[in-house]
Amino acid sequence: MSLSENEVRRVARLSRLAVTAAELPQLQQDLSRILDLAAQLQAIDTTGVTPLAHPSGAGAPLRNDHVTEVDRRQAFQAVAPQTERGLYLVPKVIE
Amino acid sequence: MSLQPLLDGGLRPLVQALARRSVSATEVAQAYLDRIAVANPLLNALITVDPAATLREAALADTRLASASTTPGSGSAAAALAGVPIVHKDIFCAEGWRTTCGSRMLDNFIAPYDAGVIERFKAAGATTLARANMDEFAMGSSNEHSWYGPVRNPWDLQRVPGGSSGGSAACVAAGLAPAATGTDTGGSIRQPAAWCGVSGIKPTYGRVSRYGMIAYASSLDQGGAFARSADDLALLLDVMSGHDVRDSTSVAREDAPFSASVGRDVRGLRVGIPREWFGTGLSAGVGAAVKAALAQLQALGCELVDVSLPASSHAIPAYYVIAPAEASSNLSRFDGVRFGHRTADYHDLNELYERSRAEGFGAEVKRRILIGSYVLSHGYYDAYYLQAQKVRRLIANDFALAFESCDLIAGPVTPESAFMLGSNSSDPTSMYLADIYTIPVNLAGLPALSVPAGFDAGLPVGLQLVGPWWQEGRLLQVADAYQRSTDWHLQRPAALKGEGA
Repeated sequence: MSLSENEVRRVARLSRLAVTAAELPQLQQDLSRILDLAAQLQAIDTTGVTPLAHPSGAGAPLRNDHVTEVDRRQAFQAVAPQTERGLYLVPKVIE
Repeated sequence: MSLQPLLDGGLRPLVQALARRSVSATEVAQAYLDRIAVANPLLNALITVDPAATLREAALADTRLASASTTPGSGSAAAALAGVPIVHKDIFCAEGWRTTCGSRMLDNFIAPYDAGVIERFKAAGATTLARANMDEFAMGSSNEHSWYGPVRNPWDLQRVPGGSSGGSAACVAAGLAPAATGTDTGGSIRQPAAWCGVSGIKPTYGRVSRYGMIAYASSLDQGGAFARSADDLALLLDVMSGHDVRDSTSVAREDAPFSASVGRDVRGLRVGIPREWFGTGLSAGVGAAVKAALAQLQALGCELVDVSLPASSHAIPAYYVIAPAEASSNLSRFDGVRFGHRTADYHDLNELYERSRAEGFGAEVKRRILIGSYVLSHGYYDAYYLQAQKVRRLIANDFALAFESCDLIAGPVTPESAFMLGSNSSDPTSMYLADIYTIPVNLAGLPALSVPAGFDAGLPVGLQLVGPWWQEGRLLQVADAYQRSTDWHLQRPAALKGEGA
């Protein structure tokens, strides 16, 4: 199947990936090829088959509801692009 | 004594020599660092080499070895790898070490904590030798998709080593490290192990902690190891495996040590041969080597049994829906806010996200994120993602049925031997086909390994062994018996002779 330029733009927006106009044709071609491969799935009869989300099939394990984390904010923020007074800085989102 | 034979002699003699203190951890680390300095410029197998940091760890190991030798019986069992330098795939966070995952996105990332796997190696007394090159975020089967450039195959520098753990495999093949860690989401340990002529194991899903192992496709990712023999893999797996509460899919089990599986007879074991894995897609050269290996298993007393895995032919399309879907979700954490690359050019928050990600990720990673977003988006979810999960069930059911008539499965790792650098770059899906025999195993969560089984026109070929859930011990038992009766795993690449050693 072939993806339109608009569809590529749409998934790029959903993916928060900036895509330039120059990149679009190549992406269109590459993504269409991958979806062609994926489309082979449509021909398989899976009537009555339960989806397998996880190899073990086990549910999520539960733990006691108590604090296990220690405060390592300083170490974690040392690798952040921009912080101030223990906060991560981003451009203003509310005027 | 000359150190050189010890560097290529496998883990157990090295561990013993270090424990006897006939050689120091510092001398061993320095000797491997010397080899790295000569060979890595040719191979590009390592992203970060920090001799000062490695030698600091080695000096600490020597102090511990000295105190252990003066207090007999203390700590010897706990320190199974005391003073042994290990190369880690650059996907395992290691405190104080740059951890890039092969991506510009994490070029500046110094991990603030240790992965579960790293903790276990530290507890066993191992030191960090260097950080291995890899396909960006483990997405690739050739190691050509690294921000740090392609890794070259030690057997032929014009060919790829396989991927995504290609740097780890190349290091062990070239004698730059006695062992290395890797991860396997669709074949990323077994395929480079096969193409580089080393032994590599992907354990059962849940055997090795994924805590601190940078996530690609969480329901498929599993940490494992490379070494020169199945015997060494058993030792490594004893160190690496075990329950970790910080990984909700980690499983608590009380299995016998894997080291107890080696050195044993394999008479009477039933080896299933999936007829679909020996069809038209398999190249003549690889097929001949694998069939000779199967004949050897028979000569060792194994019984070969015909089995069928019909749904495994659908594994590649299922994988290239499920893995990108999980990747698009996992990689949303790289947003230029908390860690990793941030663009210099932005006016609002959305631009900050979109440009940081566009600059930080390479082409293959972007393709998979975009495909993942597409198959999960409204209107396509049922047709792609849900259908892929149903096919995944069919694939897992095939294996379960096959294991009713055999104890393990054997076959090729890849349809062909290592391809030339750049030969699969025009169509991204052509590279995907290299994983046709490995991907079904990840979808089913099973343990599998690759051992050297001969050559195809001078290039290594791997034999894949696949086991039922939690039966790594049986795989290692058979692989070890095979290696005690063959010498393929002892062959060394001629391309590097006189370079490393």
